[in-house]
Amino acid sequence: MDDFLIRAGLAGIVAALVAAPLGCLVVWRRMAYFGDATSHAALLGVALGLLAGLPIMFAVTALAAAMALTVTAATAAGRYAMDTVLGVFAHAALATGLVSLALLPGVRVDLMAYLFGDILAVGWDDLTLIAAGGAVILAVTGLFWRSLVNGTLSPELMVAEGGSLVRDRLVLTLLLALFVALAMRIVGVMLITSLLIIPAAAARPLSRTPEAMALGAALVGTVSVVGGLWLSFTLDSPTGPSIILAAAAFFCLANAIATLRR
Amino acid sequence: MSGLLRAEGLSFRQGGRRILDDVNIDIAEGEIVTLVGPNGGGKTTLLRLLIGTLRPGSGRVIRRPGLRLGYTPQKMQIERTMPMRVGRFLSLSGGLKHGARAAVLDRVGATGLESAQLSDLSGGEMQRVLLARALLREPHLLILDEPTQGLDQPAEAAFYRLVSEIRAERGVAILLVSHDLHVVMGACDRVICLNGHVCCSGAPDHVTADPAYQRLFGSRADFALYRHRHDHSHDHGHDHGHEHGHEHGDAQGHGHDHGHGHTHGPAQPPRASAPDHAAS
Repeated sequence: MDDFLIRAGLAGIVAALVAAPLGCLVVWRRMAYFGDATSHAALLGVALGLLAGLPIMFAVTALAAAMALTVTAATAAGRYAMDTVLGVFAHAALATGLVSLALLPGVRVDLMAYLFGDILAVGWDDLTLIAAGGAVILAVTGLFWRSLVNGTLSPELMVAEGGSLVRDRLVLTLLLALFVALAMRIVGVMLITSLLIIPAAAARPLSRTPEAMALGAALVGTVSVVGGLWLSFTLDSPTGPSIILAAAAFFCLANAIATLRR
Repeated sequence: MSGLLRAEGLSFRQGGRRILDDVNIDIAEGEIVTLVGPNGGGKTTLLRLLIGTLRPGSGRVIRRPGLRLGYTPQKMQIERTMPMRVGRFLSLSGGLKHGARAAVLDRVGATGLESAQLSDLSGGEMQRVLLARALLREPHLLILDEPTQGLDQPAEAAFYRLVSEIRAERGVAILLVSHDLHVVMGACDRVICLNGHVCCSGAPDHVTADPAYQRLFGSRADFALYRHRHDHSHDHGHDHGHEHGHEHGDAQGHGHDHGHGHTHGPAQPPRASAPDHAAS
């Protein structure tokens, strides 16, 4: 087996492990569109990073975080329904990113790599960065887990028990932004939300506690990465979409099992 | 007076609309205060200001230093997307011994529910589990947001009885929101009637006699008055005459229910057409 497949597998597994608890929170809080808006902003981050000569991962994290905070503020203004606001921002961000990448002077970018990921091109340097970022996200998620789950159940309950609403929003927003930067190489901006949602949704019918659901999502995500790589290798199919395809298959399987059990 | 929580001149606006205007509230140790008022009268907003998920436009909330709050939300956003065992839900309130959980579930009459899924609980069971979680924190002040919404009359009466007992045992102060004053009346010390501002407040019989209260609640106020006279004459301020012995759950030795039933039988407005549930 080639080196690049091992690197790809490791990077994908890190992303799947990190996606699991975050994905559960996104599913519970109905933030799927929010994930789209945040990840689509990443494309604009790439353009800005290239233009300003900043490290791409840094620029992407910053833009994704800025987008997440903007969307939160725009939603709070309450002029439109939440899904309308998010729909506008998600697609406007995507369009702006595409246009600015095309207008970037003297740079030719591999657009497909940003849109759908380029996991096979992950080098040892990238892998180190992804692993470090993943470790930070997992550590912070673990530290705030109880409060994040409580905030999902009821913001009033969390605050009454001594939590902070601002901290809750900020922690989740920044974690998601960091995750976007990390997962962009692996599945691309178009599929980041699906890496969050599909494994978590697959784990739902077979779990009885929030933690079990997060572990289940980690398992589904990991197996999907391996399965997707294998699929991509044997069929010569695009890798990012193959990973998501595998996850979707597990989603169907989990629901079939849950239906039969009943 | 040993105040636990005090609100001074709270005002809150949302989108140019004034929700609350110059609200003053004081909650003392060990008292049960009921917040009543029409929908849109700002009850939930006031709770959020007191808890701290909303910031007042003006005014302030002062808590006694070290005050521990217990809170039961009216609704939780779990639905079916989040799996949650009752036991895990209780432990999420923060580092408590395993034994304490079973004991507190026993106390609120939710024995043996620890491994049940939250989404499978009935309305009454859910309220008891929420109360159990709040009690696990050994709070000085319990805030209950419409704890009996969706419960039928006997379950509602049983829940308020439980609340009174817990206050008696623990000396915890309780602030609760209710849409249905005449059911809570016997269980509480003080009523605050809220409609954007405090319309009237005081002992339950004082409030129901207040013209401001009667303007807001119309015929319901008459009914409450009627109930009040009735309760008074029988000196059963803490009970309600509509149970007729068919109450399920743990009837905690209130043997005078039957007596009530036939005493006011003919004069009693038909329960089924009481407007409070339909209106809420």
